[in-house]
Amino acid sequence: MNIAVCVKQVPDTASPGRLDPTTHTLERSGKLMLDPSDEFGVEMALQLVQAAGGGEVTLVSMAPHGEISGLRTALAMGADKAILISDEGLQGSDALGTAKVLAKALQRVQADLILAATESTDGYTGTLPVQVAELLGLPSITFAKRVRIEGQKVLVDRQTETGFDEVECPLPALVTVTAGVVEPRYPSFKGIMAAKSRPIEQLKVADLDLSTDDVGWHGAGQEIVSVEPAEARQAGEIVVDEGDGHERIVAFLEQLKVI
Amino acid sequence: MDFDLSDEQESFRKVVKDFAEAEIAPFAEQWDRDHTFPLETVKAMGELGLFGLPFPEEYGGSGADFTTMCVAIEELARVDSSMAVTVEAGVGLGANPIFQFGNEDQRQTWLPDLCSGRALGAFGLTEPDAGSDAGATRTKAALDASTHEWVLDGSKAFITNSGTPITSVITVTARAEAGISAFIVPAGTKGLVVEPPYRKMGWHASDTHGLRLEACRVPDGNLLGEPGRGLAQFLAILDDGRVAIAALAVGVAQACLEHSVAYAKDRQAFGGPIGRNQAVAFKCADMVVAVEAARNLVYRAAWLKDHGRPFKQAAAVAKLFATEAAVTATREATQIFGGYGFMDETPVSRFYRDAKILEIGEGTSEVQRLVLARGLGLPV
Ligand SMILES: Cc1cc2nc3c(=O)[nH]c(=O)nc-3n(C[C@H](O)[C@H](O)[C@H](O)COP(=O)(O)OP(=O)(O)OC[C@H]3O[C@@H](n4cnc5c(N)ncnc54)[C@H](O)[C@@H]3O)c2cc1C
Ligand SMILES: Cc1cc2nc3c(=O)[nH]c(=O)nc-3n(C[C@H](O)[C@H](O)[C@H](O)COP(=O)(O)OP(=O)(O)OC[C@H]3O[C@@H](n4cnc5c(N)ncnc54)[C@H](O)[C@@H]3O)c2cc1C
Repeated sequence: MNIAVCVKQVPDTASPGRLDPTTHTLERSGKLMLDPSDEFGVEMALQLVQAAGGGEVTLVSMAPHGEISGLRTALAMGADKAILISDEGLQGSDALGTAKVLAKALQRVQADLILAATESTDGYTGTLPVQVAELLGLPSITFAKRVRIEGQKVLVDRQTETGFDEVECPLPALVTVTAGVVEPRYPSFKGIMAAKSRPIEQLKVADLDLSTDDVGWHGAGQEIVSVEPAEARQAGEIVVDEGDGHERIVAFLEQLKVI
Repeated sequence: MDFDLSDEQESFRKVVKDFAEAEIAPFAEQWDRDHTFPLETVKAMGELGLFGLPFPEEYGGSGADFTTMCVAIEELARVDSSMAVTVEAGVGLGANPIFQFGNEDQRQTWLPDLCSGRALGAFGLTEPDAGSDAGATRTKAALDASTHEWVLDGSKAFITNSGTPITSVITVTARAEAGISAFIVPAGTKGLVVEPPYRKMGWHASDTHGLRLEACRVPDGNLLGEPGRGLAQFLAILDDGRVAIAALAVGVAQACLEHSVAYAKDRQAFGGPIGRNQAVAFKCADMVVAVEAARNLVYRAAWLKDHGRPFKQAAAVAKLFATEAAVTATREATQIFGGYGFMDETPVSRFYRDAKILEIGEGTSEVQRLVLARGLGLPV
């Protein structure tokens, strides 16, 4: 069982992101880290490979400035190897441009299963994985809250608003996992040391049989024209309980038409 | 000169920090209140490799250097001193004597479980009437030639990790014919009596008991290291422990700094944040000086050890400065928090209670000054 996991490397999620005032894209000049959303995919992959009795977990990431810190974290968790695509020409890529790059890189891996998160922490369009699946001509299942492999099939409990669907599909396939699908492990010190010697293949756009016209600013079908700050949240209403608290809460909810 | 930690040390710092914030911080207040020793969390720290960090992989350790150990303890202490000292004592006092002075058989018997955190070890040096003056040990060891057993009689005081559900082994010092020697006493040995836990001012989630040894018999193979060298061995172990306790103190002071700065910016009085007042702001400024100075002393002492250089003096300097800095930082942080700082639900109140022991355990501040003064050639 060979599994590829798409992992995004994002600016430190503890400090608020900054947008570039001219391009309206996220500032990515500082050190990036493994997107916490992707820890679930990595853990899921490690568990599935172990349950299958062997195989490899390969990470695939596109990130600026040859960034590998996030990949090292995922390798320290136990992934076997990684592919990083980093190229000046990728600046300004939209989700489709990114999907083209990742799809080409994934073709080199030939995995039985591709995992990604349902959405990233910084861009969170939540559109990238299904675009990758489409480009690779693979079936995709989104919002997995449970994933099992049985023979040549993947069985998924797919989160819905009211419950979950039980979905199965033949491999190879792409599955996006929700936060909480598994409990990601903490990398151990031994894992961190072992990660130092795990291979990270670094690729450019040209290595992927793509041209810079397909990706980056040139390839982007979308442009962020302007960005407006969200309206500040209004102060809430404070209800002081003078014995009638429950009635006033009910009245408030009725006024909102939620009950 | 290079003041950077390695990438791997920084990565592991982040792991321990994330772990401490997610798995310890939310529960620390409750453990403190209920005096809970959180077994599942201790096991999780074991899975992270914390209890075997500086030991070779052949014994189940991680092969990290001592500096990495200090960084990990610092990050645990930033959130909770009790968990930090559980690791510090498990590694430095439980496993380290067996690793340093044990024969291959003793190492293979005890270390794999201790390194994995499946078991905890303890170290019994202090006695009711022999603390700083550890040479005054009254516990006696006599060899029973007919059964090839050592018979231990005496008592030990304040022994960390000695009564947890997973305590597997306690090494103790006792006076034998050849002089003070060290013995490995497996938990559950007949005649080893673990007294009820102490009622303490702090470190409520850390396990501390008095012990009695009543005709406690262990096989003669349980002598640890050379006969008559027990005290010297344990004092050598304490040099490592002092640096580790100093690292713990750095974590405490760092936490006080972070909490104080946040509170000083947020808490309003007389129409503005209290941090507008120099009296408050300068406390924070002094705290950052103390934290930086202490951290540099700790990392340097750890670096000396990692490079095989003498570090006895550096360890005493680091322990003395960092622990006193931590106690001062907790006092000032509590002051900045005002009345809330006296309430159990603020972390600074717990830090204040937890910090004092740092100036006492593994050699009091006075003992550090004694070591340093003697190092200066003074006839004290
Ligand atoms: C604030 C903001 C708004 C944006 N709005 C748009 C927009 O409206 N339309 C548009 O086309 N682009 C947009 N982008 C750009 C988009 O974020 C990037 O193109 C990005 O590379 C992919 O999109 P995503 O982060 O939204 O991915 P998502 O679809 O949210 O990501 C889902 C999962 O796919 C995987 N993945 C995503 N990116 C990578 C990667 N680089 N390497 C490896 N795995 C990855 C991860 O597993 C991730 O969790 C926006 C970016 C920002 C910062
Ligand atoms: C919570 C906790 C956990 C502990 N864990 C362990 C453990 O796991 N294993 C273990 O063996 N011990 C442990 N200890 C014991 C600890 O190391 C001793 O308490 C410490 O070494 C001091 O010894 P004492 O309490 O006997 O004080 P004393 O030695 O009686 O000292 C009393 C005071 O006199 C001062 N003093 C003594 N001699 C001199 C001198 N020559 N010059 C100047 N001043 C002097 C001391 O500095 C101190 O202020 C622990 C203690 C506590 C409280």
